[in-house]
Amino acid sequence: MQFFLEVLIGGLLSGVMYSFVALGFVLIYKASGVFNFAQGAMVFFAALTFVGILELGVPFWLALVLAFGAMVILGIATERIVLRPLVNQPPIALFMATIGLTFFIEGLAQAMWGASVRGLDLGIQDEPIEWILQATDIGVSKFDLFAAGVAAVLVTALALFFQYTRIGRALRAVADDHQAALSIGIPLQTIWRIVWAVAGFVALVAGLIWGARNGVSFSLTFTALKALPVLILGGFTSVPGAIVGGLIIGSTEKLAEVYLGGYVGGGTDSWFPYVMALAFLLVRPEGLFGEKHIDRV
Amino acid sequence: MLYREAGQFKASYGADQQIFPIRQDRIGIMIVLAIAFIAVPMLASEYWLKGILIQFLVFSCAALGLNILTGYAGQLSLGSAAFMAVGAFASYNFMLRIDGMPLLVAFVLGGLAAAFVGILFGLPSLRIKGFYLAVATLAAQFFIVWLLTKVSWFSNDSSSGVITAQEMVIFGYKFVTPESKYLLVLSVVTALALMAKNMVRGSVGRAWMAVRDMDVAAEVIGIRIMHTKLLAFAVSSFYCGVAGALYAYAYLGTVEPEGFNLDLSFKILFMIIIGGVGSISGAFLGPPSSSCCRFSWM
Repeated sequence: MQFFLEVLIGGLLSGVMYSFVALGFVLIYKASGVFNFAQGAMVFFAALTFVGILELGVPFWLALVLAFGAMVILGIATERIVLRPLVNQPPIALFMATIGLTFFIEGLAQAMWGASVRGLDLGIQDEPIEWILQATDIGVSKFDLFAAGVAAVLVTALALFFQYTRIGRALRAVADDHQAALSIGIPLQTIWRIVWAVAGFVALVAGLIWGARNGVSFSLTFTALKALPVLILGGFTSVPGAIVGGLIIGSTEKLAEVYLGGYVGGGTDSWFPYVMALAFLLVRPEGLFGEKHIDRV
Repeated sequence: MLYREAGQFKASYGADQQIFPIRQDRIGIMIVLAIAFIAVPMLASEYWLKGILIQFLVFSCAALGLNILTGYAGQLSLGSAAFMAVGAFASYNFMLRIDGMPLLVAFVLGGLAAAFVGILFGLPSLRIKGFYLAVATLAAQFFIVWLLTKVSWFSNDSSSGVITAQEMVIFGYKFVTPESKYLLVLSVVTALALMAKNMVRGSVGRAWMAVRDMDVAAEVIGIRIMHTKLLAFAVSSFYCGVAGALYAYAYLGTVEPEGFNLDLSFKILFMIIIGGVGSISGAFLGPPSSSCCRFSWM
């Protein structure tokens, strides 16, 4: 039982890490209907930029601001160069454009900062918390708990931003209906730029957390593939869905690897989340929290 | 367009329904086929045949398959490389385990195995649509590659999961020279392309396009959605499976499951986007651009 709980908690907390990446997808999909495959590359770019700036001897907070600035510039450039000429194109064309963007951003990040693997230290150790270990004999990583805390703050901040600010209202209006939002005078392109900048910020946070966990290397781009099942499970358009989806995927993935992996030779984590998400989709075709789509002839 | 069909009157239903109803198209296809079958093997160097043309034809075949599914039936799929893997490994096992298995039959059986797997992974398409489906097909991509790596029976207990394709022999003739391999692949791909062209012009193709354009409307006018979608998955996977078998037998010789990764799926998707979604000739226009770029970014 104790072992089960430890695996479960570890899974839930690693699920939070997937949610970070999924969150970036959701923000962009909600506001512009673009399935941004480049989110993983953006995570990589953000983490590499931050570490690169840090290596130049810049203090931590300034590096954070500069990396955020770089993400904003990247987001605005993407909106201007890639998305604006493709307005009103079929979704698949936009999707392919973001796959192309993935290759470009990966190349750009490595051209700017080099391809070597670097470590990233946020000052929080990846070790079990003493008093929980003593009280219940369950190891809960300090770092994972910190990541979960960051996620909670981030989601709360985003929810408040969406709910109570002028820009947030405009974002929701655009997400609801582009045309209607345009007709009441909401500047679509400004909104898109803001969304990409916010997604860049989320990518930066995800990059820092993932980078501190696994090192800043090219494998960060694969976080996107981890986030996709989270995304379809939670629904493309739902911020809480990204979090709940992350928790479900993270916990079941770890449990499956521990309890089933032994029978089938391990390595189940590459496909299990997808099969899991698929099972949920068969019951709820638009994800747990996705908007129900009504077809009209 | 460079030419028009003005002035070409059809006097019979047969003439009206043929695969290439425009005379210039018929002549053009004849010329292209003549060049491909006669001039290219005589003129092209070994490097061109082995390195570029065979690869181009194999990817055209896979692109054809994906184009049927994505371009005609409107179901976005990111798992085409996995279906290629099924085709390659199934053909290999049919050749290995059944004595005297003819090569072309093994290719067809490999394609049919891929079609069967395609139907299985196409089942979710009855419930889910669009990008949800695209991500769901990733399940096929990861699961199949994992399964082929883990179950060593598929690769005849080779330790690394690598399979080496058997010799290609048809009626005692061994396909060893690049020219003969090229002609074999070309014949198979030509036959499949004409079949595809034939399919999309008939009721099956029209049903696919109706489902793509609006599935609710298609259902209302009496098209069986389940039947149509699953058929699209089956046919598409069949083409991908044959392409995978050709990829293993005629192009690479040795393949491993990891070779059929997500990048390859994306590559095939790029090909149909560049060549043209929803066109048979597009499947042949996409691969050249992609294989030429290969050297720069792969």
